[in-house]
Parts: sequence; C-alpha cells; structure tokens
Amino acid sequence: MSDIVGYRRPGAGAQPAYLHPPYKSSVARAPALPPVAVPQTLSEVTGPLFADLAVGAHEADLTKGSAAPPQGERIIVQGRVLDQDNRPVPRTLVELWQCNAAGRYHHPLDQHDAPLDPNFHGFGRAVTDDDGFYRFVTIRPGAYPWRNHANAWRPAHIHFSLFGPSFLTRLVTQMYFPGDPLLPLDPIFNCVDDPVARDRMVAAFSLDATVPEFALGYVFDIVVRGREATPMEGDAP
Amino acid sequence: MTLPVTPSQTVGPFVHLGFDPMTRADAAAGAAGPVVTLSGRVLDGQGQPIPDAVLEVWQANAAGRYDHPDDRRNVPLDPAFRGFLRVPTDAGGRYRLRTIRPGPVPGPGGRMQAPHLLVCLFMRGLLRHLYTRVYFAGDPANDGCPILALVPAGRRSTMVALPDGEGAYRWDIVMQGPSETVFLNL
Repeated sequence: MSDIVGYRRPGAGAQPAYLHPPYKSSVARAPALPPVAVPQTLSEVTGPLFADLAVGAHEADLTKGSAAPPQGERIIVQGRVLDQDNRPVPRTLVELWQCNAAGRYHHPLDQHDAPLDPNFHGFGRAVTDDDGFYRFVTIRPGAYPWRNHANAWRPAHIHFSLFGPSFLTRLVTQMYFPGDPLLPLDPIFNCVDDPVARDRMVAAFSLDATVPEFALGYVFDIVVRGREATPMEGDAP
Repeated sequence: MTLPVTPSQTVGPFVHLGFDPMTRADAAAGAAGPVVTLSGRVLDGQGQPIPDAVLEVWQANAAGRYDHPDDRRNVPLDPAFRGFLRVPTDAGGRYRLRTIRPGPVPGPGGRMQAPHLLVCLFMRGLLRHLYTRVYFAGDPANDGCPILALVPAGRRSTMVALPDGEGAYRWDIVMQGPSETVFLNL
C-alpha cells in the first residue's frame, strides 16, 4: 500500500464551477454545499479499463452502417489522449455523440423542427492506440436552439467521454469548431473562467488530418488528470 | 511542464445516445459473493426527479480486490467480476442496479475502509461530474471507516444505503436541500 500515487487535483479556473447561473439547468442541480475533501485511496486511483473491449473499426466511422451515407459535410476528427505530463493514454475508451448536420439529435426528446436523418445516429466509439491516438469519421454537426434564454443557440459541438487510467481521470467534455460565431454567446462553453483552458475545447483545423478528395480534418487533443510525483502521505501500511 | 486538463462540460439531455451502448446494470451475474440490489431516486433542488441522470459505479470484488494493475495486493481477482456499472435514471428519476457486496479495502495508513461503492454522477445541468460513495447500513465496519469518519457526522447518513428487503438496499441522491447528498472533493 505504500506505493499508491495519487492524481493532481484540478487547478482553479480551469474547470467550471457547479453553479453557473447563465446555464439555467445548473441552478437546481448544482450542489449547494462544498464537496467534502477526502484522501484518494485505492478505490479512487483504480478504475475500469477497456483495453480488451471489442470495439470494431467501423464504430469510429459514423458515416457507415446505414442504408445510405448521412446528409451533411463529412469530417475527420482525430487527436491524442494525454495526461498532464504530456504522456499518451493508451488503450482507453473514447465515446462520442452528436446531433446531425441539421442540428437534430437522433433521440425522442429532441423536438427541434429540423429534419431527422435516418442514416445518421450520431454515436461512435474507439479505443486509443499505444500512442493515445484516436480517429473518427463523422458529419459536421449543426447548431440548434435550446431555450436557455432568448434566441439561444448551441454552437456546433461533439460530446466526448473518456475514462483514462483511473476513476479520477474520468472526463466528459465537448469539442467545438474554430471560428464559430456562437462561441462567445454560449453559457456552457463560457462556464470556464480561464480563456486558455476554454480554448482547449476548440478543435484545430488541420490540413495534415484532411484527406484529399474526401473530408476536412480537425485535431482535438484531450488532456486528463496526471499523477502526483510522489506516493500519498499516510498510505504506508 | 504540466498541461492543463481539458475542461469538463455537461453531458446534456441526450447523454443516452452516447452512454446507452455501455449500460451495465447487473455486475453480479456469475460473480462470487453476496448479491445486493441498490435502487433509489435522483432528486433536484425542488425535490423533482431527474430523468436524465446516469450513475457510474466502481467497486472492489467480494474479496476486496480491484480489477486494476494498481491494486497489487495478494487478494484474488474474480474473472467474472469487473467492478464497473453504468445505470441511467428513468422518467421518474429512478435507477436500479445489481451487484456483489464488495469486500473491505485498505485506506490511509493501511486502515481498512468499510465496504463501499464509488459513484460518479452525470446529468444535464452538471458541468462537471460528481463523486460520492455508498455504504451499507448496519455494516459493523462503518463506524471505523477512515473515509466516512471525515464526513460531518450530521451528513453521514446521506452516504449510507438503507435495507429494503432481502439483499436489497435503497439510496437516494439529493442535489440540494436539508438532505443534500455529500459529494467528495477528490
């Protein structure tokens, strides 16, 4: 037990607060009391690993598997999952979901008056390779209205969910597109105080990731919590 | 140089599109140890049920061992038990899962922790997921658990599931108010 190495706690400003009143759904759902600080134990520094999960290569291509290709602009989204020490996170599960090119989710609760595309379900997953690299082929999602405030529109975004090597490296985030005029107006994107941290959620257009005669490419690197340098105090047996 | 962690964002109302393919509400099938079911509701600050939440659970097996390379103790793994569950709430904010009662695992200073599930909570409106733990009412180890002891005594009951029939426990998550669940700063 003396060799447990904990994970760094998030720095101020780099992660959103739970209560962010401009995002109305946070008001009744953010805890009112501060979280109780406890040490990290074996329970937290371990977590589910998906290195042996059978994920088919086709699951990372959201344009395949239906009767016809989906409508919209085909794009490539690729990048690396890294920890805070710039080390790749290999063999970790990446789950992704998004709306279609018209801004509608393939979900019964989405009542937006935009066409449903029967050939686009908007879910994909991949497991990173030994260098932490992942790659998806998908459709550029559309913007959509969301009634949070007057004339509220979500910028185009793709939801990403990652586990990393422990339960403490769990991360769900959203990837945005560079130059989107809705970004300065979006309460969810702007819930992060630190503008440098906020920009980590914006993908970069990349000619290297672009495939000629096929699709534009975007690079989205994702950083999960890294480990402390030394074993945790008080863990000696 | 240390890289900043990518900011967290809410899972939003359509989380089921992304999470459902990995739903695992039963981790007990074929596993060794006493089966327990845990069910309850997730409630917001107005006492309204939250229909679009997802609970993820991570736990040790019946012998107290985590299926992870960082658990290097000489305690047996159960090949039929991975320790991970993911359950959504339904239209009434209810969830239900079936698993194995975990064994005790060591905590700070090698002191044994009482059997517990580690819970990670997602929902629309939560900009970052929340962590908490569930303990089992009546377990004699609860009183000596070094982590539970750090929770203010008056709020400790929010992390303890109550008996609800044979092998069954009930545990609600409350986001705000007098019985607000204790969430953990890890």
